[in-house]
Amino acid sequence: MSEKLIKLPDERGHFGRFGGRYVPETLIPALDELTAEYERAKADPAFRQELDYYLDQYVGRPTPLYFAQHLTESLGGAKIYLKREDLCHTGAHKLNNVMGQILLAKRMGKKRIIAETGAGQHGVAAATACALFGFHCEIYMGEEDTHRQALNVFRMRLLGSEVHSVTSGTRTLKDAMNEAIRDWVTNVRTTHYIIGSVAGPHPYPMLVRDFQSVIGVEARRQILEAEGRLPDRLIACVGGGSNAMGLFYPFLNDPVAFTGVEAAGFGLDSGKHSATLVAGSYGVLHGSASYLLQDENGQVKETHSISAGLDYPGVGPEHSHFKESGRAEYVAVTDDEALAAFQTLSRREGIIPALESSHALAYTTKIAPQMGKNEVVIVNLSGRGDKDVEVVSKRMEVAL
Amino acid sequence: MSRIGERFAELAARSEKALVCFLTTGDPDIETTGKLALELERAGVDILELGVPFSDPLADGPSIQASSQRALMQGVTIRKVLDLVSQIRRTSELPIVLMTYLNPAQRYGLERFADDARDAGVDGVIMTDMPPEEAGEWKDLTDRRGIDSIFLLAPTSPPPRIDLVAAAATGFIYCVSRTGVTGAQKDLSMELQNMLPAIRAVTDKPVVVGFGVSSPEHVRQVCALADGAVVGSALVDMVARNGTDSDLITRVGDFARSLKAGTR
Repeated sequence: MSEKLIKLPDERGHFGRFGGRYVPETLIPALDELTAEYERAKADPAFRQELDYYLDQYVGRPTPLYFAQHLTESLGGAKIYLKREDLCHTGAHKLNNVMGQILLAKRMGKKRIIAETGAGQHGVAAATACALFGFHCEIYMGEEDTHRQALNVFRMRLLGSEVHSVTSGTRTLKDAMNEAIRDWVTNVRTTHYIIGSVAGPHPYPMLVRDFQSVIGVEARRQILEAEGRLPDRLIACVGGGSNAMGLFYPFLNDPVAFTGVEAAGFGLDSGKHSATLVAGSYGVLHGSASYLLQDENGQVKETHSISAGLDYPGVGPEHSHFKESGRAEYVAVTDDEALAAFQTLSRREGIIPALESSHALAYTTKIAPQMGKNEVVIVNLSGRGDKDVEVVSKRMEVAL
Repeated sequence: MSRIGERFAELAARSEKALVCFLTTGDPDIETTGKLALELERAGVDILELGVPFSDPLADGPSIQASSQRALMQGVTIRKVLDLVSQIRRTSELPIVLMTYLNPAQRYGLERFADDARDAGVDGVIMTDMPPEEAGEWKDLTDRRGIDSIFLLAPTSPPPRIDLVAAAATGFIYCVSRTGVTGAQKDLSMELQNMLPAIRAVTDKPVVVGFGVSSPEHVRQVCALADGAVVGSALVDMVARNGTDSDLITRVGDFARSLKAGTR
């Protein structure tokens, strides 16, 4: 890794004016402990070896970089490659990060794991790893999301985890994260909190980024093999932003454009969206300074997206830094555009994408036709869509 | 010396400890909070903590979460909290501390907040989610305006953090009695008996204890070790139970008198 790549965050977890540690005092020593343990683990070849073993044998890495020939032909522009994170065990990229963190928890001697989840993908990944390693696991999920993603609730319970339905606030991901932090403040001595995105207080944005970077490291190698050149553009959806950061980060110093796609919900003008970077402003939530959807008094706004995994008013601080430094551009697509892309990929390529990933695909269908046939884009297909079939059928008014 | 410093000096001269009481501003409404504040002063409360409601109070338990929601429904903003402080200041020299999460203050503008807090007569500010290492700019702003910045210590804070917080805090140090969020409880945590001597060893600044302090007996136990006790959720619960009943003010006053007895 070049020096430029490892420069941020600084030693206190800041990415420019973003990041940091804005949490109650009780948690600071645990964050110090986690940071120190992560530094030790990074320097320990045995840790890397064990993580690689599980990524290879259990998660199913490397995932393919699939050339989407039919989608490419129908759009008539840039060559489109899909990074198939949907083929990871548990159906999304989330397990990459969970495997890293569960091995850290083991090293720290923690007995109990907690996690927050929106769509349930991170919750399922955490429950899976806890089943594998024999940790007691409790998952916080907004009540609204437990309805939208009932299948994932059942999966987590099958895997032996407790699922707490969170009824405070807007009853979605942000409230699940509030509740997980409250649990952690209370049980910090015995518990490791596996944050599922590149959000939260330092060191989480850094360590989740590093664990997810396996996506971009593989994609970079694979595209060089397939095309003999780097891609022109990377496209990924952004809720908290972990799959996007995982794909982007290993290309940081390359002449490759990054596009993060947020959820415009019913449209940016409707006020019912989750487009934090596109429509938000500087703020502090869940332990870090970043962009935030808030009202004029600094109260966090209610968000909307058809995709539970994107329905979040904050975003990882390094994305805010990328936006402000101009390294990445951020755009937003609506529920309807995401739904159209969901169906397009299903029919053209025989791949049912997660609604989250469908946002990245929707933007791809707009931008690819404007690009030359000799240009190359990689889209992160961050998860599979089985979990979303019920929501989509309702929206299409099809009775199952 | 700030009103807070003066109060601790007066109390020390009387061999008394401080009773700090917390109210969520605007629960059940701003007018009632104003009346409660004056009643608390009459009952002998030494320092009033006024909570600024926030949509995502992640250090608070169910009582203050619900109370913050009710206050937000009343349209409470930082400006309205400051207006209430100005109003209390017309008739009262009671030391007042604002307790807020960073984001509403950040959105208001930290410099503007510091200016307006000084002008309104605020004596100190606690930012629940801003530890000293993130507070550089804020501490400069408050120091220059003579506003105390109060930081928290927790049972998990190791000696280097006790040093850091003790050096940064002005007014007093807020010692959190247990690992956990705010909320009333039956028995006080035993962790205090280890924490207080460790803090005393490095600072002469007053140390008050909060989180879970909810009865006169708790206040007495805390005041045997510390310079004062903070009662929050128990009062907030009382406000929640009695809403806008005409005898809310009397009940809160009586409760505060019973708590204050524990500091003497």
